Amino acid sequence: MTTHGFNPGKETLLDIYRRAALLLANDVRARKVISSGQIAMVYYSYRGQEIIPASFCAALRDDDYLCTIYRGIHDMLAKGFPLDLLWAELAGRATGSCKGKGGPMHLTYPPKGVMVTTGVVGSSMPIANGLAWAAQVAKTDQVAVATFGDGASNIGAFHEALNLAAVWKLPAIFVCQNNGFAEHTVYAKGTSAREIADRANGYGIPGVRVDGNDPVAMYAAAKEAVDRARAGDGPTLIEAVTFRFMGHVFGDADTYIPKDMKQAAVAADPAPRFRQKLLDDGVATEQELAALEADIERQIDEAVAFALASPWPEADDLRFDVFAEEIMV
Amino acid sequence: MSELATPAAAQAAKPVTSTILAALNKALTDAFEADPKMLALGEDLADPEEGGIVGVTKGLSTRFGDDRVRSTPISEQAIIGAAIGASLVGYKPVAEIMLMNFTTVAMDMIVNHAAKLRFMSGGQTSVPIVIRTMTGLGYGSGGQHCDYLEAWFAHTAGIKVVAASTPQDAYGLLRSAIDDPDPVLFIENITSYRTPMPGPLPDADHRVPLGKAAVQREGSDVTLISYARLAGESREAAKLAEEKGLSVEMIDLRTIAPWDRETVLPSARKTGRVLIVHEAVKQFGVGAEIAAVINEELFGALKKPVRRLGGAYSPVPYSNPLERAYAPDRQRILDALVELAG
Repeated sequence: MTTHGFNPGKETLLDIYRRAALLLANDVRARKVISSGQIAMVYYSYRGQEIIPASFCAALRDDDYLCTIYRGIHDMLAKGFPLDLLWAELAGRATGSCKGKGGPMHLTYPPKGVMVTTGVVGSSMPIANGLAWAAQVAKTDQVAVATFGDGASNIGAFHEALNLAAVWKLPAIFVCQNNGFAEHTVYAKGTSAREIADRANGYGIPGVRVDGNDPVAMYAAAKEAVDRARAGDGPTLIEAVTFRFMGHVFGDADTYIPKDMKQAAVAADPAPRFRQKLLDDGVATEQELAALEADIERQIDEAVAFALASPWPEADDLRFDVFAEEIMV
Repeated sequence: MSELATPAAAQAAKPVTSTILAALNKALTDAFEADPKMLALGEDLADPEEGGIVGVTKGLSTRFGDDRVRSTPISEQAIIGAAIGASLVGYKPVAEIMLMNFTTVAMDMIVNHAAKLRFMSGGQTSVPIVIRTMTGLGYGSGGQHCDYLEAWFAHTAGIKVVAASTPQDAYGLLRSAIDDPDPVLFIENITSYRTPMPGPLPDADHRVPLGKAAVQREGSDVTLISYARLAGESREAAKLAEEKGLSVEMIDLRTIAPWDRETVLPSARKTGRVLIVHEAVKQFGVGAEIAAVINEELFGALKKPVRRLGGAYSPVPYSNPLERAYAPDRQRILDALVELAG
């Protein structure tokens, strides 16, 4: 399996697939759990975009930083966010990673570098710069990754952040997951640039457009950007082209997505396609992959069960974590 | 001065004064000296750019290096975002937003992120940043350079709001704001930086705790509450009131959010008459919150309704007579004190 002559090797390919399979299974489960009424939450499905974080996270270390967005559970799971803490947070329980105070749009888990999840379009980028600045000052070789959608390349934060990252030569990687729709609005109706990667030219930094559904191409682009950042050679903008199978928010009618466009994308579902390729190329056997997937299902079963059995937060918890000291009035 | 006076005698005769500008510069320098995790960033902040447009950060980049002290592009979201990010992993950034009106273009970073990340992460992360910003009337800068916008931030849970009116408080509050584990908005008044005020610059261990007001004058007839530049005007008005036989208890809040109920409420109970003064627009201002709490807690003890003086319900005007008409001054504070006491 090669792209542009690049072969990440069997171990990395399996690592990417393990992450992608987890993301896919978790999204399917999330929609099932919501539909069954077990957990009520606002959910932004990432279905169809799994390969992007599965690949770029394979190029990162635990101590690299990630700032992601409301459609970002795939990013953080790929980065190593523990399933039990994730599901308990989704369920709003006291045992969640954020004690039920953050929810699906603000999931945080610093031990794996998941530093910020924002519900505001574009806001992952200026904060990732600060994490990159810290790494630069401390002279570690950590990198900071900000993920965001195509719509976010039209908000001021994107431009301010890319410019500052370029001027300061920060070890930052901006991963735009171009899924073709900014909420309900199709790409060309809201974005003037022919390609989002072109926007990097305006800031004098490398801009790479890559098929985000191709794990090898995606991993290669991420690896190059990570190597550049670790070497002190500054930021990269990666435009990972993909497609969002679901509407903007789970439950919306998604009438704005042309049917044929969606059918074509679903027919080329990237994670199952990658699975088939692994089998075809002899990288893994059906038995190995089935075992891996069964293990993922079991882990999700356990995490959901843990979440649903967990206690709710107490009303008094509102006085804590506003500041370091408790609120008295 | 007599020609015979020795330099030492001349020195002794001259009252010791200092400025808020020097106090802020010393506070930052001392904090950088004490903590290698200190960072600073903002427009024109480093020495090649003159150490800030007022010079508050002068000397820092030369002394502590370009890595830690950085001039930025004119990109307020990027400035606050970078401060937040660095603070999440143990650094202590002091970000300068040149003018308070420019916080409006970074509101998402300040209000949605700096103020909320500790809570939304369930305490896993915190944002120990200081945002220094200046504002205030007096230079005829018109509608977009002088607003006091503290009420917007005081209304947001998760960020503290501070304003000093003396060099000693400026030093002590800035050091405490830097020490604080949560974000602090530190408001500086544009016309007060270079005014000589009584007393020397504090030593490096001087701190003024956040959330603690200062009773700057004790009295029994009226409680006068203010902060920032108008705390200075209020001190003068209280002196003038004393000449008219009025005993005024003057409180400088120093920390606007969270404000010091433990100092304000007993004073209001004692005098039964309260005047609150600020430069910000009166409507929906900090004075409204304080007045409401005084009414809730002390209704039966009040001799008069709580009185407020604030900026006009208009954008800050340009023309000098209009600008002077906009905000309370010494005379209007005095008039209100006399009226309340009558």
